[in-house]
Amino acid sequence: MNEWPYIIGAWAAVSAALVAYVAWILVRGRQLSRQVPPEERRWM
Amino acid sequence: MTESRHPAEGRNRPGPAGTSSAGTKVLGLVTIAGLVTLVLFAFVFSPADTDLGETVRIMYVHVPSAIVTYLAFALTAVGSAVYLKNRSEFWDLLAWSSAEIGVLFCGLMLVTGMLWGRPTWGTYWVWDARLTSTAVMFLLYVGYLALRRVPGEGEVVARRAAVVGLGAVLIVPIVHKSVDWWRSLHQEATTLGQLDPEIDGLQYFTLFLGMAAFGCLFVWLVMHRFRVAYLARQVESSGLQAAIAERRAEAVGDGSAAESRQTSTSEGVSP
Repeated sequence: MNEWPYIIGAWAAVSAALVAYVAWILVRGRQLSRQVPPEERRWM
Repeated sequence: MTESRHPAEGRNRPGPAGTSSAGTKVLGLVTIAGLVTLVLFAFVFSPADTDLGETVRIMYVHVPSAIVTYLAFALTAVGSAVYLKNRSEFWDLLAWSSAEIGVLFCGLMLVTGMLWGRPTWGTYWVWDARLTSTAVMFLLYVGYLALRRVPGEGEVVARRAAVVGLGAVLIVPIVHKSVDWWRSLHQEATTLGQLDPEIDGLQYFTLFLGMAAFGCLFVWLVMHRFRVAYLARQVESSGLQAAIAERRAEAVGDGSAAESRQTSTSEGVSP
């Protein structure tokens, strides 16, 4: 049995899910931080 | 005379936007470097396994996903416990953020496990103790996230979620020990249990590199997700304050209008 499609599939699934989640977090953070005054963003 | 500040004031203000800080930027770079190195070791330097063959390369993302899942749900339990003790918003948001990331990694653990199972066992899924208990854990924490979306007073929702977040963590040791407690198709624990003497040194290094890189990614994700949750709550509360101020202004307007109507009516009745 050729195992490579499963190996590539597993890595692709992990990469796609993580990239999508990271992108969502960063975009959502940018959208929300524009609505909050800088003094309330304590990490800045 | 002091100026009253409108709650919505400050919206659309210029300034650096986002949830990044100097610390998360450094951590992000370390994480990217770790993940790139992991890919190199997983596909170039690390050899195929004598038993598992090439499918051992799936283990370099499957096992770290499992470790991060355990960490995330443990952090959710800690956050929930501290929230129940001191009712701090910080711990509530931390528990929530960690649970969401845990669900993501638990899903990845299931998917990569299924993709490993097909060429190894000849099937994507068996109702084996480890697989079934992991699926139950996944559903339990999806339920936790769903509970957080149930409309209700903020503190009540947070308290309910904290109780569930604290209780749900009991499944983590059950999942981990399921391969020892019940007859299982899944192999025994090789990282948190006893070491597998047959595993190659480079394979072992790659596995730990994967855990370290995913660990850094987990911390980075928790920090950013926490900040997103915090910002969402700030926006929500400022919106609520703006709505209250608007209603108050309307009520004042209605009151003065009613007063003037009453005055004009009484003027009309009087001779």
